[in-house]
Amino acid sequence: MATYVPVTREEEAFMLEACGLRQLDDLYGDVPSSVRLRTPLNIPSGMAEMGVRREMERLAGQNTVFPAVFRGAGAYRHMIPAIVDTVTGHEAFRTAYTPYQAEISQGVLQSIFEFQTDICELTGMEAANASVYDGACAAAEGCEMCRERKRSRILVSESVDPKILSVIRTYAFGRDVPVETVPLLNGVTDPAALAPLLKEDVSCLVVQQPNFFGCLEDLDALTQRAHEGGARIVVHCNPIAMAILKTPGECGADIAVGEGQPLGIPLSWGGPYLGFMACTAKLMRRLPGRIVGETTDAEGRRAFVLTLQAREQHIRREKASSNICSNEALCAMRAAAYLAAMGPNGLKQAALQCAAKAHYLQKALEEAGLAPVYPDQPFFHEFVTECPDAERLLAALRKEGILGGLPLAGKRMLWCATEMNTREEMDRAAAVVREVIRP
Amino acid sequence: MKLIFEKGRPGRGTDYLGPCDVPGIEIGGAKRERPLRLPEVSESEVDRHYSLLARHTHGVNDGFYPLGSCTMKYNPAVNEYAASLPGFTQVHPLQEADTAAGCREVCRRLEGMLCEITGMDDMSLQPAAGAHGEFTGLLLIKAYHRAMGHTGRNKILVPDSAHGTNPASASMAGFEVVSIASDENGFVDLAALQAAVGEDTAGLMLTNPNTVGLFDPQILEITRIVHEAGGLNYYDGANLNAIMGIARPGDMGFDVVHLNLHKTFSTPHGGGGPGSGPSGCKHFLSPFLPGKDTPESIGNVRSFGGNFLVAVRALAYLMTIGREGVPDAAKHAVLNANYMRVKLADLFPMAYDRICMHEFVMSLEKLKEETGVSALDAAKAMLDHGIHPPTMYFPLIVHEALMVEPTETETRETLDEAVEVLRGIWQAAHDDPERLHLLPRTTPVRRPDEVSAARNPRIRYDFEAVRG
Repeated sequence: MATYVPVTREEEAFMLEACGLRQLDDLYGDVPSSVRLRTPLNIPSGMAEMGVRREMERLAGQNTVFPAVFRGAGAYRHMIPAIVDTVTGHEAFRTAYTPYQAEISQGVLQSIFEFQTDICELTGMEAANASVYDGACAAAEGCEMCRERKRSRILVSESVDPKILSVIRTYAFGRDVPVETVPLLNGVTDPAALAPLLKEDVSCLVVQQPNFFGCLEDLDALTQRAHEGGARIVVHCNPIAMAILKTPGECGADIAVGEGQPLGIPLSWGGPYLGFMACTAKLMRRLPGRIVGETTDAEGRRAFVLTLQAREQHIRREKASSNICSNEALCAMRAAAYLAAMGPNGLKQAALQCAAKAHYLQKALEEAGLAPVYPDQPFFHEFVTECPDAERLLAALRKEGILGGLPLAGKRMLWCATEMNTREEMDRAAAVVREVIRP
Repeated sequence: MKLIFEKGRPGRGTDYLGPCDVPGIEIGGAKRERPLRLPEVSESEVDRHYSLLARHTHGVNDGFYPLGSCTMKYNPAVNEYAASLPGFTQVHPLQEADTAAGCREVCRRLEGMLCEITGMDDMSLQPAAGAHGEFTGLLLIKAYHRAMGHTGRNKILVPDSAHGTNPASASMAGFEVVSIASDENGFVDLAALQAAVGEDTAGLMLTNPNTVGLFDPQILEITRIVHEAGGLNYYDGANLNAIMGIARPGDMGFDVVHLNLHKTFSTPHGGGGPGSGPSGCKHFLSPFLPGKDTPESIGNVRSFGGNFLVAVRALAYLMTIGREGVPDAAKHAVLNANYMRVKLADLFPMAYDRICMHEFVMSLEKLKEETGVSALDAAKAMLDHGIHPPTMYFPLIVHEALMVEPTETETRETLDEAVEVLRGIWQAAHDDPERLHLLPRTTPVRRPDEVSAARNPRIRYDFEAVRG
């Protein structure tokens, strides 16, 4: 077996003697013998690095890495500049703890401060936290920020990703808060259906922009309706789309949250990802989790610290705004480094290319025989088509090294294109479609 | 130091995408009108910016990090190698199951090993951090009582020595929190526990070894009292490193646990995440686990299956150290802590002076009375020696606490050096206490003003202020 314990046998004996003990087992005198393990753990023996690598490579090799991906639905394959890996690969960033000791954590603290600024810029909001676990958790925490004693009911549009809705429901089960869904009209939240649901006990409305089906919601109208009903609005937004779409801040939203994975974080079979949260200045002290603030040090120099800690669990205990201790600091740093590398023009280009390619794909698929389900709705980089035989189509695409769209209920499919998809790939996918659905 | 927004020039930057190979389009819907003020910098500026930030960051690889309750052990290189394999990083979470067989196998194996180590029957890797795992575990308890028709069980018992996250998690899960006193040894006061349990008890949350670094020898009594009252026992795995392979929560009467892969199982902390906080449970709670296709499941606590790349690292660690290495790591974590404890106890009174587990708590109350030098001052003094200070002012039941957790991956030389540094600080506190209030001297910044940061929060860069 391999070990990371550096102490030699001789040192071990010396150290035990210093403690007045004879053997390592003497350290466990407080553990009742009835709960001591009598037999070794039933797990494999240790292996040297060569064997571990071989086995890990074998396991990784059992997965299919698709050269072409047309699936999104909450996890998106984007171009990640190599510099993102380079700069976030510094050992210090990787191995540091939460930056409690500000004097030796200025690097992590400043990077989070820059991330918070980026998120405010992207969403058009006034305050952001240091990030939370993922986009769905961000949405659930956003709902919690809106909860008042007499207003606790949560309304979630049916166009919100079902995974996000599921997490909102789980958190709501914890707080014993009711959750209701708002019906759709032609792929987007139905404003007419919303009005009667906005009762006096509603705390917030959750919508997604672009929504789960790829369609663009009318954020101005939804925000206005929610506010007229005395409720707040939580907008779950795609951060890359924010380079070109009207931001939640410009629409007057109270809280903007989202999944930061598109910003330089690989697909990684679902995690680690990055939840971002931003809000109006008024709601700042309700934000959960870590927040970094700027201050000065004993010599008047600029310095960064974890701040507004009076909200947090280590001080407020059961009265804290959440139980969160950590954030996703290294993922947040990846997002900040990605945004620094891409710059405003690069991010806008990425957004425009996503939109252009998704529209090209939609046309190509339509011509191949897959009709769009919401042909009149504007969309960003995802869209839904009819799809009579998803299983056969996906199998045929797979043979071409293509991961097709995500099958939805009702013989439909949710497609996604990003800047990573080439025209050739899209033409080839359309050709496969033509082949498969030919009568 | 300059922010990235204060570097660069308008129009500067690198094209990472190249030209679009399909015609551009104008999409419908409302457009962004606000300018997008992201950094406009060259790639070399990005590189240097983060290199400078890295120099202003202290990681485990930069020096000793005896941060109590955080288990800052070495993060092995092979873990990173495994987590960087494209066969793991380039897999979409919604790929068809047979095209992600390797990912599923990683999770299956890790879940199996974690069940074996904890004595649990089932495990979910979905929770993203320890606090998230706590929340999940408490929801299991809530869902279980609901399913059994136990309507009145709405209280969670938490010892007064517990981490603040425990009561915060209980509150998020809709429970009332009842604080249980500790006895003079830092253990659960059995009489107080017996008096607190009843028909409204949903469960007890406990770390064992507890937050003062001691294994509570009454553990079987404690879990029995709670079970007899109809409650469940929750094990907070924060301190599992001391006893893994030696004793198992499942054999001590615990029904549900959470683990911290970023503590016990050597995955890096990343400056505050990503971590991973799997929830494990006994058979009878298994249907309630998140991410399951059972009618009883509490649902999902996040999108997708969990922080998968963290799970890859933890599996690489367990494959490396294996059956023999798990208890060996625990024993040496405990030995290192006791070695430091006995070398310091004559100058720094121990809150509980007996054989400890993987960490110990010193009280600097006497030092402060005699010299005015506080636990904070002593901690800040350590920074000048390249040592990350111990956890300060925790647990709350010990005054002027410093909690030291060396972990098993440190050499004896490192422990000896740290002991000498702390003894030197004790001496300096008696010789020239005023000087200690002014430390550190060698760090990039010195004692930032936290009070004004909170009073007048500046939590993003003010672009307008610069222009004006």
